[in-house]
Formats: sequence, structure tokens, C-alpha cells
Amino acid sequence: MLEQLLASVIDGLLLGFIYGLAAMGLTLIFGVMEVINLAHGPIMALGMFGVYYLSMEMGLNPYLALILVAVLGMVLGLVIYGIAVHRILDAPELSSLLATFSVNMMIIGLGTAFFTTSPYNVEFSMGSLSLGPIILPWNRVASAIIAVAATALLYFFLYRTPPGKAIRAVSQNRDAAELMGIPSTTMLALSFGIGSMLATVAGGLVATLFSFTILSGATYELKSFVIVVLGGLGNPAGALVGGLILGVMEGVIPVFIETSWVPVIEMVLFVLILLVKPQGLLGAK
Amino acid sequence: MFSLLLVITMASSLNIILGYTGYVSFGHIIFYGFGGYVGFYLISQQGWSLWLATLAGGITASLLALMLGSAILRLKGAYFALSTIGANVAMMAFINNITFFGGPTGLSLNYSIYQDYGGPAQAKWLIFYTLFGLALVTVITSFMVKFSKFGLGLMVIREDEEAAKVLGVRTPLLKTQAYSLSAFFPGMAGVLFFFKNGSVEPNDAFPLHQSIEMIVMVMLGGQGTVLGPVIGAGAYEQLRSYLLTSDLFKDLQLAIAGLLLLLIVLFAPTGVIGWLRSRSNELRRILE
Repeated sequence: MLEQLLASVIDGLLLGFIYGLAAMGLTLIFGVMEVINLAHGPIMALGMFGVYYLSMEMGLNPYLALILVAVLGMVLGLVIYGIAVHRILDAPELSSLLATFSVNMMIIGLGTAFFTTSPYNVEFSMGSLSLGPIILPWNRVASAIIAVAATALLYFFLYRTPPGKAIRAVSQNRDAAELMGIPSTTMLALSFGIGSMLATVAGGLVATLFSFTILSGATYELKSFVIVVLGGLGNPAGALVGGLILGVMEGVIPVFIETSWVPVIEMVLFVLILLVKPQGLLGAK
Repeated sequence: MFSLLLVITMASSLNIILGYTGYVSFGHIIFYGFGGYVGFYLISQQGWSLWLATLAGGITASLLALMLGSAILRLKGAYFALSTIGANVAMMAFINNITFFGGPTGLSLNYSIYQDYGGPAQAKWLIFYTLFGLALVTVITSFMVKFSKFGLGLMVIREDEEAAKVLGVRTPLLKTQAYSLSAFFPGMAGVLFFFKNGSVEPNDAFPLHQSIEMIVMVMLGGQGTVLGPVIGAGAYEQLRSYLLTSDLFKDLQLAIAGLLLLLIVLFAPTGVIGWLRSRSNELRRILE
């Protein structure tokens, strides 16, 4: 029992880093421009397919493929920002929800036409790592390490580089930042690009672990919502912690009750936190 | 035609909370699914008649909205929208786990039950007329709400909730009532529709994308108007059935609907009726 529990916790933690990475993309966009990106899931799904095509069809190492996927994710984010998001930044929130959802529908629609909804699989294994009684597939360990590295890079970017600082300035006060000579539109577009990049990378990591379809993103999008609310909307560090909490919950709950109850607990928790502590367990910035 | 009547009912109901009150219920399909499930359970497992079960479906959906609303209507804007999505997914996952609702496989009817309503064909017509009546009642209710003191209160909330409070509008009560009312008709429609299909399962009962299609219909026609949701629902259904039957666009139906939504949001946020109303004063007097 104890061993099983320990294994579930470690499994959950490893997965939690990836969840956290995905949620960070969502929370960054919200923090900077108060837009809840409902296209987050499909963008993740595109990341999954990106890794699939680069590794399975073109023979690239999946982890190398991630770098290309990240670049494509950034470009995708910039395009989405330019077409769908920029014009509705100052409109009521219904507009931004619907605009990003329309992007969601377009990606899913085109994706279904191209890829159908049948499952895909990145066949790639690096053996396992055994720690005493616990056996961990290297894929999972590597994915978690990459997720941590990506998080560290994001933090370095946001706190140590001029464009990162500019993004944080814009998120605090767009008008004041503009007066300080920061091109706020560029920074908004850039942060949407980064948010989308994080989503595709997280999607790509998921693809190395599980099979997926074009619709898989929806599940992870919902998880990201839960995580973001756990950690406080707009708080990237909170997203990472929220991701770990959710990962551990998903690992541990099935030890005690049926797996099918996990989404019920997650979603009830989500609504409860929104009601009781909308600033998140850690408090937003 | 069935689905046209269904979407008119759904869009007009949604408009009460979305258009008049200004609260974006993203997961409104929860009331269709939950009411429908309860009604279907009563018919198939408890042997209730269709009429009683339909009423019961509407009432339980309303009660759910009352309870849910008294909690989540305190949230503003995007937070409210997110919580409705959460509630819908939670409900779907919950019903998935409930054995007397049939769990993931759902419930189905014994086909002999249609004999009580004069055979399958006759039963279909019966449901059709009932659904027609329901759609009509929904639109009439929507009209009456808009021109009542209740509706006026809702619209004040939409324009400025703080000001509404200062003016003595009992905002929590009114919001909850509006939410509950907007859940009643979808709950009934759910029972009728599932009865027609003869079966129900969680994935069919709580489709989030249909929830958002309802919003598209309301936006397309014009939110906050009586006719808008009807026109929006009609136009959207037409478009969808055209796309679904054409060879060229069959697979791209969702993508085109998304494009349409984006165009409305970006260029015509007031919808068809709103646009017509802004064109001339005479139209403004006629169109509501």
C-alpha cells in the first residue's frame, strides 16, 4: 500500500510539472491581458501533432522536435493574437472568450478534417529507471526535466531580460508602460506568443507519454483551468505549484476510489476555489 | 425541424441570462442535460408519463440553477463563465459515476413505450407539436420578461450592477430568478429530446460545444433582443445543415462556424437585430 502510494505520488509529480507548464501558458496570457484563452487546448493538441510529424514522419528525435514545435507555437500565437485577440482587448470579457473560442473551433474543425479523430501515438521509449521498488519510465523523467527547464527559462526571461521586464510592466499597467516608451502592442503579442509556445511544448511532452487525438487538448485545457485557479489567475509560479498539486491528486485519488471520480473532484474543487478564494490558494500577484 | 425548435428554445432561454442580465453562461447545456436526465429516468425507470416527466425535468433544472446560481452568480465576468464550464463538466463526470443513471452507458427506453403514445410515428409528431409549443412559450416568456419590471431590473444589472444596487434593485434575487427561469425551458426540452431519441448517455447530454453554439446563435441574432435568438438560431441551423450536407464543407463545418463566430465578435457584436435597429428609427420601433 505504502509503496503503491509512493509510486503514485512520484508519477503524479512528474506529470504535474507538465500540467504546470501548460497552465503557465494560460495564466501568463491572463495575467498580461486578462484574456482567458479558450483555444489553449487545441493549441496543445497542435503541439502533440507537431512532435508526432517531426519525429514519426521525419525521423527527428522527439525532444529535438520540441524546439521546432516551440518556434512554431510562438508563430501560431502571434498569428492568433493579430487576427482574433488584438481587436477585442478592450471589449467586454464575453468578446474575448468568444473570440478565442472561435479559434478553438477553427483549429478543431481543420484538425478533424486533416487528422480525423483517431488516436495517434509517438512510439519512442528510453527504457526505465528503477529506484528500489519504484520503476519510472525515462520518458516521464525526461519530460519532467524539460518542463522544469522550460519553467526556469520562462522565469529567467520574465525577470532578467529587457523584453521580459517590459511584459511585466505592461501587465501591471499598460498605459504607464506605454508612457515609459514600451511598445505595448508588441509586448502583448509577444506574451500571447509565449503563452501559446508553452502550450505547444507541454502538448509535445504529453505526446511522448500518451496516445492522443486532435480532441485531447480539451482535457488538458480543463486541467489547466483547475490548476490556474488553484495557483491564482495570472501567477506563473502558482501555476507550477497548482500543476504539482493536481498531478499528485490524480496519482493518489485512484488508489482509494475509482478513477472516473477524479474529474468530478477536480471540477468541484475548481468551482469551490473560484467561489471561496478566487485569488487562488497562493494568492495572485 | 426538431433541432430547429430545440435551438430556438435553448437560445431564447439563454438570452434571458446572457442578453438581458449580461452574465455569460458558458455551460448552459448543463440544464438541458440534467433536466433531460431526470425526466428520462422518471419515464424509463419509474414509469412516469411523458408530460409529468417533462415538467419534472424543467423543475429540477430550475432548482439546480437556483442552487448553483445562488453560489456562482456572485462571481463576475470571466470568473462566472469559467465556473459554469466547471459545473457542466463536473455534472457530466458525476452522472458518469451514478449507477441508477446508468453510468457511462446511460439509459435507454423500451421501444414498446411508444405504443402508449400511439406508436413510434405518432409519438414523434406528438413530441414535435410539444416542442413547437415549448419554443413558442419560451419566446413569449422572453418577450414578457423584457417588458416587465423584472426584465427592467435585469437590464439595469447588465448595464451597471453597482448602480442597480444603489437604486434598490435586489440584484442577487433577480439574478438567481433569471438564471432559474433560463434553466426551466432547456430542462424540459432535454426530456422531450431524449425521449424522442430513446436513449441518453453522458457525452450526448452535456456537450460543451453545443453550449457555445447557443451563445453563437444569440450573438448572431442580437443579444438582449426578443427576436434575435430566434433569427440567430434559425440562421445558424440553416447554415449548419447546409454545411453538413455539402460534400465540400462536411468536414469543415466546425471551422466555418468558428470563422463566423469570430467575424460576428469582431465586426458585428450587436448581431443582426442590433445592426438593423441601428440603421433606422422605424426598424427600431418595430424590432424588439
